[in-house]
Amino acid sequence: MLNYTPDEMMTITAARSLQDGMTCFVGIGLPSEAANLARATHAPRLVLIYESGTIGAKPTELPLSIGDGMLAETADAVVSVPEIFNYWLQPGRIDVGFLGAAQLDKYGNINTTVIGSDYARPKVRLPGAGGAPEIAAACKEVIVVLRQSRRTFADHLDFVTSVGYGDGDNSRQRLGLTGGGPKVVITDMGVLRPDRRAQELVLTEIYPGVSVSEVQERTGWALRAAPDLSEIEPPTQTELAALRALRDSVPTVQQPQPAAAQPSSPVSVAKGASS
Amino acid sequence: MAEIVTLAQAIAAAVHDGDTVAMEGFTHLIPHAAGHEVIRQGRRDLTLIRMTPDIIYDQMIGAGCVRKLIFSWAGNPGVGSLHRFRDAVENSWPGPLELEEHSHAGMANRYQAGASGLPFAILRGYRGTSLPAHTTGVAEIMCPFTGEVLTAVRALRPDVAVIHAQRADRQGNVQYWGITGVQKEAVLASARSVVTVEEIVDVLEPTPGAVVLPAWVVGYVAQVPGGAHPSYALGYSARDNAFYLAWDEISRDRARFAAWLDENVYGQTAPRARVTAALPGAAC
Repeated sequence: MLNYTPDEMMTITAARSLQDGMTCFVGIGLPSEAANLARATHAPRLVLIYESGTIGAKPTELPLSIGDGMLAETADAVVSVPEIFNYWLQPGRIDVGFLGAAQLDKYGNINTTVIGSDYARPKVRLPGAGGAPEIAAACKEVIVVLRQSRRTFADHLDFVTSVGYGDGDNSRQRLGLTGGGPKVVITDMGVLRPDRRAQELVLTEIYPGVSVSEVQERTGWALRAAPDLSEIEPPTQTELAALRALRDSVPTVQQPQPAAAQPSSPVSVAKGASS
Repeated sequence: MAEIVTLAQAIAAAVHDGDTVAMEGFTHLIPHAAGHEVIRQGRRDLTLIRMTPDIIYDQMIGAGCVRKLIFSWAGNPGVGSLHRFRDAVENSWPGPLELEEHSHAGMANRYQAGASGLPFAILRGYRGTSLPAHTTGVAEIMCPFTGEVLTAVRALRPDVAVIHAQRADRQGNVQYWGITGVQKEAVLASARSVVTVEEIVDVLEPTPGAVVLPAWVVGYVAQVPGGAHPSYALGYSARDNAFYLAWDEISRDRARFAAWLDENVYGQTAPRARVTAALPGAAC
């Protein structure tokens, strides 16, 4: 039997969810890793679109940012940032939006802005919206990938950065959101999909060796399991090898950096700071 | 009409205390050297605008230049948090930081409205999110033809735009290519502009996908080779991903950050050339 980590299973499951020939608006991090794995395995004609304006990028190694030079050099077209959002994303031309999240609720709404109830004095300040609100609104469908815990799968979001199914009950139609919303949420334990009627996320697939109660323990709301819950096939040797080759192509924080080894010197910063 | 000057002259002339400043460059062509010069000249009370305030704004916030930030995504791309930004928001260090946050689509449209001389732009966006409750300049608007409810966002009209480009000619016509971001809109939306360039040439050779800003919409041009580092200029340098990773650690600690700033910003004179990966002739 192959040895693999829950993270590897998650990325491989996410890659499998992309079909060859699809157009895919890719967020950086886990989504970019999975989309590039799909391109390297079963979906060589997957069209990768990054918010930097690179359409049809074909990176040979994993980019660290959404604007690495390789993306522009290998793209079918490079357009400006206003154009990528207005002409390409907004009209609903793109099949799938592929997003990460810091927190997600049972309707697939996403928080990437603040943790804590006071917006002005947050407990944790996150990066904010980026392209996600309009990706979540306009793509024909959305795939979300994030690691599962009671903190990330929250009963209540302090901030709704990007809308999934709102409050359920056809919220998207009422809000005038043109895309289809989150079709699937992929975690390091299994897969959740919206219940067709209530649009609440339900556990539909589970990874080998994971139990339903374990997943429920790591969910901040009362997660239901689908009656026809199925087990996901473990990674193949080909998938694992391709993923590990991709990961080896990107520098990591653990590598020693010359600039990180300089000695400290006296502080003289922030004299006369604002206000 | 563009004036070709030194970086120090350009910043002294164009960027004043209390200004609203847009330093743009979407991962590519980020005007780091110009940001360092703003820090060195001790500018205070700035309102900074940038879609993706990454390392350069982290440095300017930590250095105490900034009163308010208008943005859509504040992180170290592919690495994680901006620690100086977070310290300002979470702990008011080195001072409180007022935020006005939007989505990328909203910010791009706000620049486009500014460049177009319009008071606002229209998009499908923000609906159902918590953003409108916590930011200004977002409103619902009804289409006069169909009755559809859309989102209006207020135009951005910065005092000054600062960008980095590959080339300018001796008249100050500016040319850049690769990921072109929102720089054209930022320059056209702003009252003044500063452009740092990798090189000044006799003739701007046509280049696929290049944007040209005619000299008569450009304020100041300064030659600063490597002026985007650790960002990059396609055809001249590669993105220094190792520095973005190293920044995570440098910026976590206030004293460590201050030491870095002393050595690498206050301790330098402008402009300094620092090209990590010169690629002579590549893609030019």
